[in-house]
Amino acid sequence: MANEVNTTTPSETVASGGTPPAQPAFGRAVARRLRKIGLGLIFPLALIGFWEFMVRWTGTRLIPPPGDVLTMMWDFAFGGIYEDAFSASLPIHLWVSLQRVYGGFLAAALIGIPLGVALGRSPLLRAMLDPTLSLLRPVPVTAWLPLSMIFFGLGPKSAVFLVFLGAFYPILLNTVFGVKSVDERLLEAAAMLGCKGSQLFRSVVLPAATPSIFNGLRLGHGFAWILIVVGEMTGVPEGLGAVIMDGRTLSRTDLVITGMIVIGVTGFLSDRLIVLLNNRLLRWSPQHHV
Amino acid sequence: MSDIAPQKTEHHPPIIRIAGLSKSFQSETGSFQALRGIDLDIDKGEFVCLLGASGCGKSTLLRIIAGFETASEGTASVFDRPVEAPGPDRGIVFQDYALFPWLTVHENIAFGPKHAGMSAKEVKRIADKFTEMVGLTEFIHHFPSQLSGGMKQRVAIARVLANDTDILLMDEPFGALDALTRAKLQEELLDIWQQTKLTVIFVTHSVEEAVVLADRIVVMSAGPGRVDCDMTVDLPRPRDVSSEPFNAIRRTVAERLSSNLAPGRRLTAGDAA
Repeated sequence: MANEVNTTTPSETVASGGTPPAQPAFGRAVARRLRKIGLGLIFPLALIGFWEFMVRWTGTRLIPPPGDVLTMMWDFAFGGIYEDAFSASLPIHLWVSLQRVYGGFLAAALIGIPLGVALGRSPLLRAMLDPTLSLLRPVPVTAWLPLSMIFFGLGPKSAVFLVFLGAFYPILLNTVFGVKSVDERLLEAAAMLGCKGSQLFRSVVLPAATPSIFNGLRLGHGFAWILIVVGEMTGVPEGLGAVIMDGRTLSRTDLVITGMIVIGVTGFLSDRLIVLLNNRLLRWSPQHHV
Repeated sequence: MSDIAPQKTEHHPPIIRIAGLSKSFQSETGSFQALRGIDLDIDKGEFVCLLGASGCGKSTLLRIIAGFETASEGTASVFDRPVEAPGPDRGIVFQDYALFPWLTVHENIAFGPKHAGMSAKEVKRIADKFTEMVGLTEFIHHFPSQLSGGMKQRVAIARVLANDTDILLMDEPFGALDALTRAKLQEELLDIWQQTKLTVIFVTHSVEEAVVLADRIVVMSAGPGRVDCDMTVDLPRPRDVSSEPFNAIRRTVAERLSSNLAPGRRLTAGDAA
């Protein structure tokens, strides 16, 4: 919502900024939404067309045409076509991958947010931990793969650990930033109104840091989905990353692409959920709407 | 004005007493003296404007009374107790509003009572009352980002009134508003002041604003900041900005203010009226 013009009396503003007229606005909103979806679809459809064309034109056997991948996706989801080890196995793979992604992501949030708040509030703690964290941060998560396999063995724990590492830093750093950059004026205003101690934290610092924390959660969530594939390359039998690795080993590119598409779609849908929550919780701040 | 101050009130001690107050800020390049030797008594119910050019330390003085800064020398006392920290007895209205952006108009106004631990019913009653006093009842569910500057400042004023403050400290509160909104808010502030009998200290650099509002204008001069003169404004309210007496006072104050631009001589309190 745009800022209203400076009105001198409240009553003048009612006309300009009050509740919008209901019916025509609703129809227009639907039209705008459809248009947005339509525009968003143009490019993927063109890409699929190009894919089909290139496969036919080059006559390659290494990459299947879109139609074959669609068949594979159907079989992967519901079975009844190839009747092999992968038929109708989507629910199991998706379920274990979701567990690992959200296990690692939630662990990262549960540790990252409180630690970030503590670091943001305490210069002492910052002085103690900042150098270590800054040193570890540039190390790519994939470089942890060998160590994580030693720590956690070959298996799902290792995957969860990598997801955790990937999601942890964006959540931590954004939380620290949010807590540190609370407007000094708001703290003064709260103190002047008689709010102090733990009240100050709950009533001012935390809400003021929420936009940053959400930003970190959203970034961390994206990294979690990226890292699940790496994590599931560590020799787990199930999971979307494992399916992609199996597809590679078996030279089944249709399976590889199917796995990629499922991860893309799931990651996208869960990101929309976070955005929805974000817009609901931050409705007070128009610039934090996504 | 000396420390053994003129007893203007026979019955009550002043609500705010500032005695021999100086303030220096330390920085890497050395120390900077913002205020030197300030003596000032303010009585209950007075409407005092601190007037001066930028850098005369008027905002610093206000922040010391508020408890956000501490004096380097001398004391600032409120109700005979030295000021040590911000507190609900001194409500501050900032130029940039400082509303909590995640709270609605009503929740912002209810902030003080709520944190004082009152019952939900009582909190609502108080917030309703002051929302109405500033004319924002229709906007209780709006967030600050949806309001104009004038409306935000109304919320900020209601927020400190709801907190049952004794002293209203205002730091150039209308400085960011357009002329029409400012005039309207000045009028509303005077109404509120007359209804509530609050003590108001109002920092401004506008001579006209000071003459419209104040019982008493304390002109400050810079380098380091000190009280240049202390004038009583004896015009009846509402004041007509185009009237002859108003303009006479405005001229006197403006002359006082510009004479400060040359290194200051100190005069004793001059009565402009």
